[in-house]
Amino acid sequence: MQQRSTDFLSEASRAIQDSEHAHFREALGTFMPTLRDTAVEEFGGDKRFQALRLQFKAVRQHALHHLGHYLAEFAEEARSNGSQVHFARTGAELNQRVLEICAAAKAQRVIKGKSMVTEETALNAALEEAGIAVRETDLGEYIVQTAGETPSHIVGPALHKTEAEIGQQFLDQHRLGTRELNTAPEMVAEARAVLREQFLAADVGIIGANALVAETGYSMLVTNEGNGDLCANIPDTLIVCTTVDRVLPRTTDAMAMLRLLVRSTTGQPITCYTSFYGGPRRSGDTDGPRQVHFILLDNHRSEILASDYVEMLECVRCGACLNHCPVYMSAGGHAYGWVYPGPMGSILTPLLTSLEASSPLPDACTACGRCEAVCPAAIPIPDLLRDLRAEKHQQRITPRRWRWGIALHAWLVQRPRLYRLFTGLGTGFMHRIAKDGVLTRLPLAAGWLSARDLPAPAKETFLNELRRTES
Amino acid sequence: MAPSAKQSVNSKSTVALFVTCLVDLFRPSVAKAAIELLEASDLVVDVPLQQTCCGQPQYNNGDYESARRIAQQTISLLEPYDVVAVPSGSCAGMLIAHYPKLLTGEWSDRATALAAKVFELTQLLASLSNIRGPTVSMGPIAYHDSCAGLRELGIREEPRELLKQAGVEVRELDQRDVCCGFGGTFCAKMPDISAKMSDDKLESVRRTGAATLIGGDLGCLLALAGRARREGSHLQFFHVAEVLAAKAVGAGIGENEG
Repeated sequence: MQQRSTDFLSEASRAIQDSEHAHFREALGTFMPTLRDTAVEEFGGDKRFQALRLQFKAVRQHALHHLGHYLAEFAEEARSNGSQVHFARTGAELNQRVLEICAAAKAQRVIKGKSMVTEETALNAALEEAGIAVRETDLGEYIVQTAGETPSHIVGPALHKTEAEIGQQFLDQHRLGTRELNTAPEMVAEARAVLREQFLAADVGIIGANALVAETGYSMLVTNEGNGDLCANIPDTLIVCTTVDRVLPRTTDAMAMLRLLVRSTTGQPITCYTSFYGGPRRSGDTDGPRQVHFILLDNHRSEILASDYVEMLECVRCGACLNHCPVYMSAGGHAYGWVYPGPMGSILTPLLTSLEASSPLPDACTACGRCEAVCPAAIPIPDLLRDLRAEKHQQRITPRRWRWGIALHAWLVQRPRLYRLFTGLGTGFMHRIAKDGVLTRLPLAAGWLSARDLPAPAKETFLNELRRTES
Repeated sequence: MAPSAKQSVNSKSTVALFVTCLVDLFRPSVAKAAIELLEASDLVVDVPLQQTCCGQPQYNNGDYESARRIAQQTISLLEPYDVVAVPSGSCAGMLIAHYPKLLTGEWSDRATALAAKVFELTQLLASLSNIRGPTVSMGPIAYHDSCAGLRELGIREEPRELLKQAGVEVRELDQRDVCCGFGGTFCAKMPDISAKMSDDKLESVRRTGAATLIGGDLGCLLALAGRARREGSHLQFFHVAEVLAAKAVGAGIGENEG
């Protein structure tokens, strides 16, 4: 997917001006957090959540510190189950491996479950270029794919679209004659009927994974639609595309993850389908794929593992940070300009692409800390974003006027007498030119003044007044 | 930080008031109110004249080197005191939660030692048994929790209790744990997103029916008042210290004094 993260500000402004969708996101921003917050409340409250997430964090840290060991164990177990395990250094390598598997299977039609990793590698475009038809089967992904759009949310890819828009889209794209399509259940039923035929006709199924379990060589996937299982079990060939950092030592660790992941995502205690994929069909099995491939992508994860941003690899992709982020809800997911939006995306995008290509994203944060409070992996998201800003500063990606302004301010605050003199002159001047208690024009304050008036400073600063009255 | 780790405060304690740069420049009445409230509780208040800014602009813009120097300057200035009071959750949070991790070695230890003595103003006032503020007569107010105060310092009940003791009716915002869009330099870097967040917050204030918004952080209040003025709203904005000291009369933040 073509990256447009440098357009974050203009895309966000455009999204905010589209008042219908801005209101829709506002409603989502109120509703989505209540799902998670209510679930956590029912689960024993914040105290239990805190304890569980720290416990799970320790498991993730252990797995990541011994990543080589657990990946080797996973590969060995998976191979002994009859699965094939491939490692891909880059997105292009993953796509190439998928194309090779499809070619060997003489595949013409591929069906996919939701997979952000294959969004990251732009697999659909690679398949289509090779003349292979690819159909997304997660309802949200299906809507987005057939609309020619990209996901705006890592869990709800089509959350940017209203029900009415989706209804109209289905009426236009499904040649099913004159019919009413007003309610979500009607739309779901129609999509299900259309997709069912595609499942039955597919040669290869591609799904993602929420976790890999080293001790069994299985992958775990949670869905609410069951589409993952159809992708996995109907075609003869199954390809599981995921990243190396997803590996957990034991099945019980995957269970611990489930408790946190699903509640953080949809607020359910568990999703409708929680599946483990254990390999190709065995003799006596009546269904299941005949070939199973795991493709484990690195794409900079090893670099992140060796960096100060290693905690980002603990992310479970629940989307809670998106749902709780007022910047994300204001700007909308597409403004972030790449695969991963919101707070987690503002860290991942610079790490997986480049800081320069995503330079506005680390600043798309008020450090309000709501994301960190709800993160089931207890990732210090505002701190990591600030560290990325420090890299921007060091690498001089931050615009010069900001760096100089910050440096000048720093110089001044380290000289208290001069600071008092200068701020005294400045506030006095601003106080004099203020009208009706505010300033609407002022040099060097264009950012502030473009959206709001500046309340007038005091006639005399507090410290200057104190000094005057004390002496 | 757990309250048990905090320095105990008694009437013999000398309190340094770290007024914060925004109060110093924009709203001296907050500092005056803070002094009155602390003195009313028999504390001896000193305002170190050499204070400037806590360094958040540098820290949050990733200029860690400058932020460290400013942090060291602030620590050196404030560590001789028994207690430090800060009328801002954001700046108190910088001193308490961020200085220790920004600095290393001996300076980090000094930062941790200082952090135990630093209190956000309403937390300090609420912890004093002999708080004696005036009774305040004003209409119902809505209260805005600043994010740093709420999530870094756990300030939630303290300002509400103080306001209720003073006889002020506090109305709760829906979405009260959501940011107002200020975010320090964020509001200047991303003004459209910031304005949208402020509008959502102001709408939430309107739904309470209160004509006044009170908060503990001048940054949030300046940004919200500035946006309200731009949009022609007549909401009033005061800092919680001004209300508690019965100084929330006359011109609110962003209003004409004349």
